[in-house]
Amino acid sequence: MKKPVFMKGNEAVIEGAIAAGCKAVLGYPITPSTEGLEYAVKRMRQIGGIAKQMESEAAVSHALYGAGAVGIRAMTITSGPGFNWMHDAVDYMATSEVPTNIIDIMRGGPALGNIAPSQSDVRSAKGGANGDYRTIILAPSSVQNLADFTFLAFELADKWRNPVFVLGDGMLGQMKETLILPEPITELPEKPWRLSGAKNRPPNKFIPFDLNPAGLEAINKKLDRKYNQIKETEIRYEAINIKKPDILVVAFGLVARIIKSVIKEAEKENLSIGLIRPITLWPFPDEVINQAAERTNKILVVEMNMGQIVDDVRLAVNGKTPVKFYGRAGGLITTTEEITEKIKEVLNIVKGEVQR
Amino acid sequence: MKKVFSRPKSLTKIPFHYCAGCDHPIAHRLIAEIIDELEIRERLIAVWPIGCSVMGDKYFDLDSILASHGKAPAVATGVALGRLTNPDVLIFTYQGDGDMVSIGLGEIIHAANRGELFTAFFINNAIYAMTSGQMAPTTVVGQKTKTCPLGRDPKVHGYPIRMCELLQTLLTPAYIARVALFDAKHINKAKKAIRKAFQFQMDGKGFSFVEIISACPTNWKAKYPECREFIKEKMLPVFPLKEFKTFQIDNEGEKNV
Repeated sequence: MKKPVFMKGNEAVIEGAIAAGCKAVLGYPITPSTEGLEYAVKRMRQIGGIAKQMESEAAVSHALYGAGAVGIRAMTITSGPGFNWMHDAVDYMATSEVPTNIIDIMRGGPALGNIAPSQSDVRSAKGGANGDYRTIILAPSSVQNLADFTFLAFELADKWRNPVFVLGDGMLGQMKETLILPEPITELPEKPWRLSGAKNRPPNKFIPFDLNPAGLEAINKKLDRKYNQIKETEIRYEAINIKKPDILVVAFGLVARIIKSVIKEAEKENLSIGLIRPITLWPFPDEVINQAAERTNKILVVEMNMGQIVDDVRLAVNGKTPVKFYGRAGGLITTTEEITEKIKEVLNIVKGEVQR
Repeated sequence: MKKVFSRPKSLTKIPFHYCAGCDHPIAHRLIAEIIDELEIRERLIAVWPIGCSVMGDKYFDLDSILASHGKAPAVATGVALGRLTNPDVLIFTYQGDGDMVSIGLGEIIHAANRGELFTAFFINNAIYAMTSGQMAPTTVVGQKTKTCPLGRDPKVHGYPIRMCELLQTLLTPAYIARVALFDAKHINKAKKAIRKAFQFQMDGKGFSFVEIISACPTNWKAKYPECREFIKEKMLPVFPLKEFKTFQIDNEGEKNV
């Protein structure tokens, strides 16, 4: 058993990446994720990798496209507005099937917003660039998760030759927690498709365009087949007490962790709360939510935004049960008391009696 | 009988799609000849741009990646990380004036200033050609385009941006030269500059840059002889042909001249 370490989230990301064989970190300073790049500069020097501060987030994403194409495990860590600009090359990477890893420590949006914690980048993560592409999105709820999911992101990115995002709520990057670092991998996958000079083989190419509409449709269909395979195999979630709860709560990231406290408190009042925590925001765990919706008649989605997964939940529920929403935005962290109150409101509890 | 002329091996058999009189094919061919002569085809990765040369990968028999608008130098920066596992890799980018000097100005300056180890080819024909003839940052004063139909007016559009002069202000780049292709003498000079640029990269000296003044008969709406005159009379006074910077080694060690 490895010894636990006490570490800041932004640093745990880099350790998770190093365990996954990451050899290059590209970045541009932005609060609240900047310590990731700073820490990477130190650690990459120690392990013989490269950390590079680029001129902009857009340049970072294009450099990641190049790094992915030559088969180097590379990543970046950014926040909010930076994540927007990182989308500059995400469509190129997705279309030409170049793996990459972008860690977004989400801050209050939209626009410059602020630097307080938030979950405001889910929508942009699901389609911030043009065309029919998909990215795998992982949502950690602890510093341990940040390290583990960054590690997992590298594995998934290479497995599917696709960009993978880790969306951490702002405070995850900033807070320190005890964690066990992932076991370093010893073997990296072979990448016969990488750019290395066309020696004894035909040229390898990453050319994400086709002037012929039929050719471009074929590219779209090929990608769509891959996305369907990802949907079949990579859905991850955590489910607690979903057999027959008085109310089912759907929440991701740190909010899901707050909900767990709510569940414990509510038990004292003989109130049964279920939780589904999507770990992959894409592919979304719609099947389990759909089934759970059959066993409860109240669903509440709680987010630190104005509702960015609530539409996914409604699609998953498909009208079986009304879906209510509670969110705090602008960098405000929702509390157990607020959520408990909201749950009681949804359950229409009068004088301690649940109106079932 | 001795073979004195043939298609460079680094080119595929696909015929160029470029318009008659366009200078891209000459630039392509010179680069391909140098790749053959230096025997570096199997070490090369080409980074292609958006613009008329967007299909460069079809003509060059090389590992290739297509960069988004103006972003070839950033992509090349990432491609250069491939040297972590494959130190022999050589890289060139190929961009036009709209791509490099407008939408990608930041990326080229910073890649040059970091001293990224790749060779940047810059085709300057003073116009957006693929989008059919709009004003470029390098359009010369008085030159008429679809977006400056009365001619480029410095009061409205400013003066053309001169890339070699701009990059020359940086201390880092190893080699900066501007060449042209309008006659045999200049084509030979251009070829020498291309060779030198690759050589600087192979020797690990740093970032190398060759600007190639080119004609665009289609969008200049002129026959090639008129294009030649336009280059000589209108472009060269603004874009003088010379080596702006060569990294030299003398008794006191390495220095930039």
